[in-house]
Amino acid sequence: MSVKLTTRQVGDVTVVDAAGRITLGEGAITFRDSIRDLASKGNQKILLNLGEITYIDSSGIGELVSGFTTVRNQGGALKLVGLTKRVQDLLQITKLYTVFDVYDDEATAVRSFA
Amino acid sequence: MSETAHGEVQRVDELLDSTLESVDHAEAVVVKAAEDMGFDEEELHKIGIAVRETMVNAVVHGNRYNSRKKVHFEVRRTESTLTIRIGDEGEGFERKEVADPLAEENILKFSGRGLLLIDAFMDEFVTEPRKPIGTQVTLVKRKVPPASASQTN
Repeated sequence: MSVKLTTRQVGDVTVVDAAGRITLGEGAITFRDSIRDLASKGNQKILLNLGEITYIDSSGIGELVSGFTTVRNQGGALKLVGLTKRVQDLLQITKLYTVFDVYDDEATAVRSFA
Repeated sequence: MSETAHGEVQRVDELLDSTLESVDHAEAVVVKAAEDMGFDEEELHKIGIAVRETMVNAVVHGNRYNSRKKVHFEVRRTESTLTIRIGDEGEGFERKEVADPLAEENILKFSGRGLLLIDAFMDEFVTEPRKPIGTQVTLVKRKVPPASASQTN
């Protein structure tokens, strides 16, 4: 399974539920296109729920960073919630834990955009 | 499974196309070998990522998806040690010339984290020129006996 992204609205925050794999190829491309599409439509508060992500490689990490900078460059913010231990480990190793705003639960994450 | 020379219980020698399908194949072969050695789920995941990153480097950066260039893929498994060699037919690279992805000026770059992950997840990670052309990467993962593992925790 490649990545599957489902978008829903919680107040003015766009929550993206991601499931599956974000790896070089189809998964990374799907992810990139979806985030850019959201940003281009003016969504400035994006919360990415990675709770069902089973695998991310360095290309997938690159897409997370790219999404973060794309949204930020348009005056918005992309934050993360629901990280599995594997994804947490990857963000620790790459020092990206210091870059992203990461939350354990969705309600707190949504409130943080206010 | 009977042992071969040098205590090997499994040998794989394959010549793979420079495609993303080869990346998936190599990862699956190595993860299965590691599973047979008794590595736990988390270690399997780490070994899989290390092999994927190495294969991607060979296919994308080394061979540049060139259909005339092959990836040389070897696996050697003993009871306690898993050794993977992945060679490309590219122009070669110097590891020390790869930008540090942890440096402040690189932290938000799109790419450049593959070598970091390989190094973090394997016990040994060696890159060297491959004759007559290309780069060969050797990855080693050792199975720590349960008694030794508990002593280190």
